[in-house]
Amino acid sequence: MKSIKLLDHVILILGALFMLVPVGFAFFTSTHDAISVYQNGLQFTPGGHFVDTYTAVLTEAGGFTKEVTGLTMAWNSLVLGLGFAIGKIIISMLAAYAIVYFRLPLGTFIFWIIFSTLLLPLEVRILPSYEIVQGLGMMNSYSGLIIPLIASATGTFYFRQFFKSVPDELVEAARIDGAGPIKFFIDILVPLSKTMVAAIFIIMFVYGWNQYLWPTLITTDEGYFTLVRGMKQILQVWIGAQIPDTNQAMALAILAMLPPVIIVVIFQSWFVKGLVESEK
Amino acid sequence: MKRVQFSHPLLPYMLLLPQLAIVAVFFLWPAGEAIRASFYLEDPFGFGSTFVGLENFSDILTNAEYMRTAWFTLFYTVIVAFFSLSIALLLAVKADAVIHGSATYRTLLMWVYAIAPPVAGLVGIMLFDLHVGPMRDFLAHFGWDMKVGVNYWDTAFVMAIIAVWKQIPVNFIFFLSGLQGVPKSIQEAAAIDCRSGTRRFWSVTFPLLAPTGFFLLIINITYALFDTFGIIDIVLKGEPGNNPITLVYKVYVDGFRGNDLGGSSAQSVILMVLVFALTIVQFRMIERRVHYS
Repeated sequence: MKSIKLLDHVILILGALFMLVPVGFAFFTSTHDAISVYQNGLQFTPGGHFVDTYTAVLTEAGGFTKEVTGLTMAWNSLVLGLGFAIGKIIISMLAAYAIVYFRLPLGTFIFWIIFSTLLLPLEVRILPSYEIVQGLGMMNSYSGLIIPLIASATGTFYFRQFFKSVPDELVEAARIDGAGPIKFFIDILVPLSKTMVAAIFIIMFVYGWNQYLWPTLITTDEGYFTLVRGMKQILQVWIGAQIPDTNQAMALAILAMLPPVIIVVIFQSWFVKGLVESEK
Repeated sequence: MKRVQFSHPLLPYMLLLPQLAIVAVFFLWPAGEAIRASFYLEDPFGFGSTFVGLENFSDILTNAEYMRTAWFTLFYTVIVAFFSLSIALLLAVKADAVIHGSATYRTLLMWVYAIAPPVAGLVGIMLFDLHVGPMRDFLAHFGWDMKVGVNYWDTAFVMAIIAVWKQIPVNFIFFLSGLQGVPKSIQEAAAIDCRSGTRRFWSVTFPLLAPTGFFLLIINITYALFDTFGIIDIVLKGEPGNNPITLVYKVYVDGFRGNDLGGSSAQSVILMVLVFALTIVQFRMIERRVHYS
């Protein structure tokens, strides 16, 4: 029995190392200077250049990108993550409220229109989406980055499921007390949905922050680059360089993963609950 | 829906308006456009287009390169789904079994969920890089002279291992929550009846996890088909050349680099049909799962 338990731990530790070691290499490499990485390969011991590398990446333009600093890219990522999460939550809560709580003559039809968006991910309709957004003059803008991503109805689906599980007695009581639909929504339904909103917010923020294909197409102006979008830019400069700034490339990768990782680790239980519940 | 509902002539439509407007402009319109364009041949210089019926589709399906991409996509999907599901299942079973440190293991095994595929891709190709990659040096000890970006299968290997690494956390989270949902009474009864842990797993735990597994299988297929785009784009450094690519990547390359609007749209429509079929299977599964519990 003892040996079996030991084996369990060995397997779990190997699994944890498999997850950690690649990121460990990325982090430790970012604490060395470009020349030593060029000569000795990626590093797995701390170096003395942590401050230099990260200051350069965050505040100086002209490494991998010509005009934009890491700080600006981080800001753009934040705008995309927050804008996407907040926009999606508001829009989908309103829509789900209308679908669940109102008698609509066209209810079923509207339901199917909204849920048809779950069938086709952005990747398969990428070229026409790009042309339409370009035609609307939304290239290189936050609205062009965020709004088309909101088109998928995942949020509406989660909120619909959740609202359906809220007891009917609440509406009855609200109506007896003379509360109208707006008052009921703001005073009763929104406070009830708090945990659900928090869980969906975390999932959607991570999803928005991590977007790659859409920002790659929509932003050609460096001022709108996000950190994740910047990965492509890094490679294009990195390949041709004489002594490539591998340390800075890894520093940007660390910066791109840090905020979503921190949020997911801190709010782990909400996030796991949201993920598992919402997929049902 | 609800037994008790509000009725109001205008309000519900106003609530639905933002969602419906976005869906109409950024979903229905482009999807319709993709379907329309798949039946047309676009003039490369922008002088209008001609209706060609199903010609775009027959061109694609008889194109050797497209079929090669399709076979690779199938292979890639099977490999990625198999390894990320089985490794995650093993880890989830062990994390469920240990008493000490289970919360720590859970965190250590799930945090990679938050890393974007292209970021994982960048770290991955640096690890296997010809000049600075420690993994490449390690494999060279075993006589594997890895040339990512040059050798077809070496590139495929790196693309697959990054995709598996990135997908294990999602599967782990779902398997672990599935395992924790197995009633203690069943586990105890099984422990009394059957002393062998391995046999107990295959005859009791595994069947109980099957619904979660089927559901995850669909999720993993969708992941390997679509969400790996960022990994593939970074591993190939934007230059596909003779390297392996998946169907979604080909839609992108043909549409944006090749300017083949009709062909790219027809490829999109083929993928739409594929996703549609997968979604139907998924809905069926969910219905059955509700029945099951």
